[in-house]
Amino acid sequence: MTSLRSILQAFVLLIGMASAAMAGPYEDALPKFAADSYADTEAAVSGVAGSGHPLALNVVEALRDGRLLVAAGRVYLRDVSGRLIDAATGGAVEPAAGLKPVRVNNRVRRAIEAALGGMTLLSPDAGARLEAARAVFRSRDAAALPVLEKAIAQESAVAVRDALEGARAAILLSRPDASSSERLAAIETLHIRGDQDALALLTTLPPGAPSDIAEAASKAADGIRTRLALWNAVQNVWYGLSLGSVLLLAAIGLAITFGTMGVINMAHGEMVMIGAYTTFLVQELIRTHAPGLFGASLFIALPLAFLVAGAIGILIERTVIRFLYGRPLETLLATWGLSLILQQGVRTIFGPTNREVGTPGWMSGALDVAGLSLTYNRITIVVFAFLVFSALLGVLRYTSLGLYVRAVTQNRRMAGSMGIRTSRIDALAFGLGSGVAGIAGVALSQIDNVSPNLGQGYIIDSFMVVVFGGVGNLWGTLVGAMTLGIANKLLEPYAGAVLGKILLLVAIILFIQRRPRGLFALKGRAVEA
Amino acid sequence: MLKMTRRNLMALASAALVSGAMAGSAQAQETIKVGVLHSLSGTMAISETTLKDVMLMLIDEQNKKGGLLGKKLEAVVVDPASNWPLFAEKARELIGQHKVSAVFGAWTSVSRKSVLPVFKELNSILFYPVQYEGEESERNVFYTGAAPNQQAIPAVDYLAKEEKVERWVLAGTDYVYPRTTNKILEAYLKSQGVKSEDILINYTPFGHADWQTIVADIKKFGSAGKKTAVVSTINGDANVPFYKELANQGVKATEIPVVAFSVGEEELAGIDTKPLVGHLAAWNYFQSVETPDNKAFIAKWKAFTKNEKRVTNDPMEAHVIGFNMWVKAVEKAGTTDPDQVIDFIVGIEVPNLTGGVSKMLPNHHITKPVLIGEIKEDGQFDTVWQTDGLVSGEAWSKYLEGSKDLIADWKDLKCGNYNTVTKKCGA
Repeated sequence: MTSLRSILQAFVLLIGMASAAMAGPYEDALPKFAADSYADTEAAVSGVAGSGHPLALNVVEALRDGRLLVAAGRVYLRDVSGRLIDAATGGAVEPAAGLKPVRVNNRVRRAIEAALGGMTLLSPDAGARLEAARAVFRSRDAAALPVLEKAIAQESAVAVRDALEGARAAILLSRPDASSSERLAAIETLHIRGDQDALALLTTLPPGAPSDIAEAASKAADGIRTRLALWNAVQNVWYGLSLGSVLLLAAIGLAITFGTMGVINMAHGEMVMIGAYTTFLVQELIRTHAPGLFGASLFIALPLAFLVAGAIGILIERTVIRFLYGRPLETLLATWGLSLILQQGVRTIFGPTNREVGTPGWMSGALDVAGLSLTYNRITIVVFAFLVFSALLGVLRYTSLGLYVRAVTQNRRMAGSMGIRTSRIDALAFGLGSGVAGIAGVALSQIDNVSPNLGQGYIIDSFMVVVFGGVGNLWGTLVGAMTLGIANKLLEPYAGAVLGKILLLVAIILFIQRRPRGLFALKGRAVEA
Repeated sequence: MLKMTRRNLMALASAALVSGAMAGSAQAQETIKVGVLHSLSGTMAISETTLKDVMLMLIDEQNKKGGLLGKKLEAVVVDPASNWPLFAEKARELIGQHKVSAVFGAWTSVSRKSVLPVFKELNSILFYPVQYEGEESERNVFYTGAAPNQQAIPAVDYLAKEEKVERWVLAGTDYVYPRTTNKILEAYLKSQGVKSEDILINYTPFGHADWQTIVADIKKFGSAGKKTAVVSTINGDANVPFYKELANQGVKATEIPVVAFSVGEEELAGIDTKPLVGHLAAWNYFQSVETPDNKAFIAKWKAFTKNEKRVTNDPMEAHVIGFNMWVKAVEKAGTTDPDQVIDFIVGIEVPNLTGGVSKMLPNHHITKPVLIGEIKEDGQFDTVWQTDGLVSGEAWSKYLEGSKDLIADWKDLKCGNYNTVTKKCGA
C-alpha cells in the first residue's frame, strides 16, 4: 500500500517535473540555496514559493525544519522518513559527502513564514489554514489576495474564516489602489477583530489616504483602545491572581511550620528547591527510560517531591529543631545555617548551574479568550494552588492528624495530658509543611530557575505573606497571598517592578504597625504568647 | 618636568624594593602563585565556578609545558562567596598572605569595584574577564571582557541595519552594568535619530521571577506598526523565567527579537531552547565558532572536566586570552614583578579562539571581534554576523556627556582618565 502510494507520488512528481520543463523560476531559484548567504536564501524562498512547482512546498518546509541540505552546489532535501531527495529532480539519491543544512536567520524565517502562508491557505488541515491566515495577516503580501478570496469562499470553520477575513482586511487597508468601499469594509472588519494588531494597522495607515477613510480608521482605533483598556485591567487582575497563587504555593507550607507551630524556618525555601530538583530527577529518568511518559512527569513528581521534602523536614525536626522549641532566635540561626548547608549540598551534587526542567506540551502556549491572553502554565498553577490549599485545609480540619496538630498548637500541655504524643505530632506537622513546600517546588520549576538559589527568592515573600495574612490561619495566608499578588500587579504598570515592590513593602510595614497580628488574627486563649 | 622625574625615581625605588622582596621570597618558594578569586558559593556561583575550573585547567596546562620562568605555577583558590566586601578581604589575603603574582577573578561590577582599592594599595594585577559597562581604567586591572563598544553598540547596529528595527525596549536588571549600558545605548540611539517615544526602558530587581506584566508590555509596545526589538541586560537567574514567559506568551524572534548581553551557552543550558530559536546574543566568542584553536580548547575542557556535556562561553575565552597575555608578559619581562608586567604587557598579542589575534591596548582593554549569534535548538549559537576585523575596547564611552572627552593611556600618559580638552589627568 505504502509502496504503491510512493510510486504514485513519484509519478506525480515526474509529471510535474516534465511540465515545469527545463529552466523555470524553480530551477532558477534553487541554486541560490547553496550560496550560503542569507540574502540569497531569502530570494530563493520567494522564488521557489512563487514558482508553483510541485516540490516547492516540500522545499520550503524542509528549509524551515532544517532538512534542506546542500553539498557541492546541489540542493537536497531529507524527507520525513530520512530519505535523501535531489531537490532539482525529485528523485531519491545516495547521501553525498559534505552535506550541510542551509542556515536560516530571522529574515529567512520571516520569508519562510510568509511563503508558507501563501502556499497553505488551501490546506486540508484547519490548523495549518489558521496558521497560514495569521502569516498572511503579518506579511500583508498582496500576491496572496486571489488565493485568500478563494479560501474565504470555501472556508467552513468560523475561527479560520475570521482570521482569513482579517488577513484580507490587512492587505486591502495597506493597498493604495483598493476602492474606498473595500477599505471601509476592511476598517470595519478590523474594528470587530479589535485586538492590538488591528489597532496597529488602523493607526499606521499608508500616507495619502482619503480623509473619510482616515477618519473612519481613527474612530475605529479609538473604539478598540477603549475596549483594550478595559481588558487590560482584567488582564492585570489575572496576572495578580497568578502571582498570588505562586506566593500562596510558596507560603502555604510555611503557614504550617511557622504559622501553626511557630518555628521560624529559614530553610523553608530549600524545601521548595528540593521539590524542584526532585522534578528534575524524575524528568531525567523519564527522558532516558520512558520518553512516552513525559507528559505525565509532573504528576509522577508530585508525590515523590512531597515524600522527599517531607522526609528531609522530619529529619531536620528530629535532629535540630526539637531541641530549640521556644527559642526563636536560636531556631532562626540554626535553620538559616541549615538552608546554607542544603544549598551547598545541592550545589555539590548537581553543580551550580541551572538544571533544565521541561514543560509538558499541555502546559505550553496561551489561551486567547476575548481580549485576554492566559498562558496555560499560569492557569495550571492557579488551579493547582487552590487544590493544594483545599487539600491542606481538609487535612487540618477532617483528619485525626489535623485535629492533633490543632490541639497541640492551641495548648501543648493540655493536649499532652489527653494522651497525644506531642513530639510525634511536631515531627509530622513539620514534615507535612515541608512536604507541601516540596509540592510547591514542582509547580515553581515550571516558571523559575531550578538552581541551588531557587528557595532564596521565595523565603522573604513567604514570610511576608504569612505574617500579613495572620499567623496561625490558613485562610489568612490565602487572602494575604492574593492581596499581595494583585496589589503588586496593579501597581507594576504605573510604578515599575522595582518601585512597585518598594511601595508594597512600605504599605505592609505600615499595616503591621497598626495590626501586628495580621489580617486574620487568632483571637482568645488560643494564642500562647 | 622635575616633578615627573622625581615621581619616576620614586616609582623605580619602590619597584626595586618590591622586586627585592619578591626575590627574597622566591628563594623560599619554588612556585609562582596565581590567585583565583571567583565565588564558589552563593548567587554568583552559577557563573563563576566555571571560571575557577578554567583557570585550574590553564595553570595545569602551563605546568605541563614546563611552567613559567623555570618554575611551576601554583593556583591559590579562594571563595568570596558572592559577598562583595568579602571579595576585598579575600583579595587582600591572596596578595598579602599568599603573595600571588597575579589574580584572575571577579564577575559582577560591584565585586570589581570592591577589590580595586586593594589592588591599588598592594600594587598587584587583576585580570577581569566579564563584559562590563566601561567608564573605568585602572593601572592594576586588565579588562579582558568586552567594553560597551565591543558588544552593545555593534548589536544595536546589527538590529537596525539587518532587521530594520525602529523601536527599542531596553530591559535590564537594576544595577550599575545595565543602567550604564542603557544610558550609553539611549544616547547612541538618539544620536542615530531614534525618537524618545520609540525607546522603552525597564528595570527589574535581581532574581525577578514574575515577567507577565513586562512581557505583555513588550508585546504591546511592539505592535505599534514599527519593527521592535528588545535589548536585554537582564542578568543571572532572572533570565530563565523571562525567556519562559516570552515563549509562553508567543513572542517569536521573527516578530520581536530579543538580543541579550548576559545570556551565553551556560545560561541556555538550563532552558528548553526550542521556543527561543532565533533570539539573539552578542558576544566576542561562541562555542560554535569553527576554528582549530576553539576545537582543541573545547576538547581539552571536556577532558579536564570529565563531562561531555560541559559547554564553553565568552568569559572563559577572556580568561584564556588574559592568562596567555600574562604568561607572555612575564616571559618578556623575565620577572613576575607587577610593575614590570604592567609595563611589558601593553602591546602583547595572543591568538584568541575565534581565529584572530587579540592585543592588549594602552587603556588596559583588548581588541576583540564582535559576534552576533542566533539561538539554535540545541542551545548553541549560530553566528549570523560578525565585525570585519577586531574592535578596540574603549574605556570611556563617546556617547556619554561626562566621558566623551576622556581617554585612558597607561603607556605614555600614565593616566586612566585623561581629559583631551583640558589636557589634564583626573578629569
